[in-house]
Amino acid sequence: MAMTRKKRRIALIAAGMAALAAAATLVGVGMRDSIVFFFSPAEMIARAPGPDQRLRVGGLVEVGSVERGQGETVSFVVTDGAASLPVRFKGVLPDLFSEGQGVVAEGRLVNGVFVADEVLAKHDETYMPREVADALKKQGVYRGAEEGGGS
Amino acid sequence: MRSIWELANPARFMRLSAAALPWCAGGAALALLVGTVWGFFLTPDDYRQGSTVKILFVHVPSALMAINIYAMMAVASVIWLVRRHHVSALAAKAAAPIGAAMTAIALATGAMWGQPMWGAPWVWDPRLTSFLILFLFYVGYIALWAAIEDPDAAADLTSVLCLVGTVFAVVSRYAVLFWNQGLHQGASLSLDAKENVDDAFYWPLLAMIAGFALFFLALLLLRTRTEIRRRRIRALRMARARAEEAREGALEGAADVA
Repeated sequence: MAMTRKKRRIALIAAGMAALAAAATLVGVGMRDSIVFFFSPAEMIARAPGPDQRLRVGGLVEVGSVERGQGETVSFVVTDGAASLPVRFKGVLPDLFSEGQGVVAEGRLVNGVFVADEVLAKHDETYMPREVADALKKQGVYRGAEEGGGS
Repeated sequence: MRSIWELANPARFMRLSAAALPWCAGGAALALLVGTVWGFFLTPDDYRQGSTVKILFVHVPSALMAINIYAMMAVASVIWLVRRHHVSALAAKAAAPIGAAMTAIALATGAMWGQPMWGAPWVWDPRLTSFLILFLFYVGYIALWAAIEDPDAAADLTSVLCLVGTVFAVVSRYAVLFWNQGLHQGASLSLDAKENVDDAFYWPLLAMIAGFALFFLALLLLRTRTEIRRRRIRALRMARARAEEAREGALEGAADVA
């Protein structure tokens, strides 16, 4: 039975879309490593990049690890639970930067220390009024954003 | 039985859209007024973002519309390619500039939020990058419509371009799920995510989303009506030109005989 013209158009569109979707997926999967915006400390240590490679590391700022040095120098530890990486940074930190919160730092890994020239704060998808957060903290329900840094 | 395909009849579309337009426009004005006043003046500060959280009330609806308008254009393009309803092709054409504007608003408000919160207005995060690509697809789509003289050929080619872009739009929508290691946070609003956004922000945000959706609908109806009228004028002009040519041809023929 011959296809009607309408059916043939539908088949052509479906085939074209399927081919495109397959191509886009292949590109996405193939370039996964370069599409990833940052690496976790564990991935960073496993990769062991040279000091000339610019990369981004992301995770949570370990509680109690932030140390302010001379001038604008700050050092802190980024952790993903499995591994942690010391970070050194000179510059102005964003508003949302705080201990226990997500952070993404861009720079180079030099002798096991990540020397960052840019630090970005990562925000999660939680939005609540200040009073609610305070009330939750008082009740001990809320313990700070836990998923801030991805995995 | 009445079906959605009745709208494919331009005359019927004109009648129904004329009746629906004031309701959409009125609803949009009401929802946007309520959402803006409520969102900007009556919501508390966020526990970490302070008053910067108020950008959410423009950023989330515009980003949502940017994606959904493209989806609507894709559906309209498929209907044009399969069923050849002119109203469908013209609706997609009418929607494109609105979608491009929504994408631009989402990118601009995102930069305003990102500068104080992340510490950078723009980063090459998968989600941000795919939104920029979406914007470029809108611009390319509009340019392609403008570049081709013949309306049916233009509708065919722009429909194909729109469907190609759909693949990117889908990737953009799910980029955060595929590549969860980006800087952009996950979707704040989904069917199960009500717990992420406190009620104090949730209800004004819903009002703004309703307002943006109705505003789009009103603009879409208005612009599609304009496109239908433009098409009709073009058809009348061409008919007149053909009639004049025929008359001149007849006169010349008569002169030859004489």
